[in-house]
Amino acid sequence: MNNLIVSPTALAFAVILVIIALLLNFKEHIGLEKDMIIGVIRAVIQLTVVGYVLTYIIKVDRPALTLLMVVIIILNAAWNARGRANGIPHAFAISLLAISVATITTIALLVLAHAVKFTPSQIVPISGMIASNAMVAIGLCYRNLNASFHDQRQAVLERLALGADAKLATLDIVRNAIKTGMAPTIDSAKTVGLVSLPGMMSGLIFAGIDPSKAIMYQIMVTFMLLAATSLASVIACYRAYPQFFNEDLQLR
Amino acid sequence: MLFSLDHVGFETGGRPILSDVSFTVAEGEYVTFSGPSGSGKSTLLRLIATLLTPTTGTILYHDKPQNDYAKVDYRRQVSYCFQQPSLFGDSVRDNLAFPFTLRDQPFDPEKATAALKQVDLSASMLDKPIKELSGGEKQRVALIRNLLFTPDVILLDEVTTGLDTATKDIVHQLIEDKNLHQGVSVLAVTHDESEIAVAHRLITITAGRMEAEHE
Repeated sequence: MNNLIVSPTALAFAVILVIIALLLNFKEHIGLEKDMIIGVIRAVIQLTVVGYVLTYIIKVDRPALTLLMVVIIILNAAWNARGRANGIPHAFAISLLAISVATITTIALLVLAHAVKFTPSQIVPISGMIASNAMVAIGLCYRNLNASFHDQRQAVLERLALGADAKLATLDIVRNAIKTGMAPTIDSAKTVGLVSLPGMMSGLIFAGIDPSKAIMYQIMVTFMLLAATSLASVIACYRAYPQFFNEDLQLR
Repeated sequence: MLFSLDHVGFETGGRPILSDVSFTVAEGEYVTFSGPSGSGKSTLLRLIATLLTPTTGTILYHDKPQNDYAKVDYRRQVSYCFQQPSLFGDSVRDNLAFPFTLRDQPFDPEKATAALKQVDLSASMLDKPIKELSGGEKQRVALIRNLLFTPDVILLDEVTTGLDTATKDIVHQLIEDKNLHQGVSVLAVTHDESEIAVAHRLITITAGRMEAEHE
């Protein structure tokens, strides 16, 4: 662990990198300066708070507190996924269900298989990884559903007019949305180690763990994220598509 | 009565599209609707097809409110054909297989090719990519997609608009045949004089209101 040498002074110097990004923005008139500044301030505040909260939770090691932290992570992920729904009714409830099932099922399996221990230092980071990947997958699913229902409105109407129920009228749309939601996780699984050294593995190597051991964790994380994003995408898409219809089986 | 429309109205976004439309249709009738563009004819057919819901009035089908029927069953009996149909999937086969899928039946290529022949399309058309179809071919494939399992009623929304005379004749012949020999009731929005001539009745709709009814 001795090679972890980031000090507050070093972080302050890292601000130079942010300034370079801001200058580039000004020069190219991209217009993201405000978002970047807000993003940096939020990241610093959120990570500082989370750092102290995690230190406390790990120190007291109470299951109830660990679970509370998992619930907060899931609620936040669901709220953010809802933001991508662009008007899909009940998007928060759907996202909450999808992320909860994905996170709880995956963690339960990992704990039962003794792949991870039910300690805050393992459960909280793993929950964060699962919930954030599920959140991104669901966001992509929502965006794809909205675009497809818009672009393929006539085809859906034709199927309804032929006597299809909502499921048969939208089977292709739902399948495509699920594929879109899972695509980043699958692409990442295909290129892991070749293009990127993902967070879990990089973190362990940074902390001085033997890379051959770090890959074992990364393989577990890859499997875990594949399962979680599949579950979340399937649940979110199958719960979201009926929202595009009214009670008379007409497109909204 | 097959259909009884009683003071049917429809508005969207506070704008009235149809107002106070009342008429009846008997089984086996061939009724045409005519009128200027934007007068509400297509909306009327869509209301009858349950693709829209009236904001006022009622539509009875076989003397029962539309809501008494499961939507999927109703729409298989009362089949709506769009003016500019969209074929889905990759090939003609994908489109003609869909009505079988709806009914949990295996695709019957012989039935599909027989239907293609009825509209003067060859059996080899079955595997043709939809991207390679002409407008007239698309319209005919869409029409037989609605008619593969003969419905009780067919609602035609200007389906021959934009077709050449030969294709129009083929489509009209098929519709007439379904009406005369299989008892399929036809409600058609059309401006085509030859189609109006073979129909039992013409209802004219202007600015969302029924203007005249001719036998």
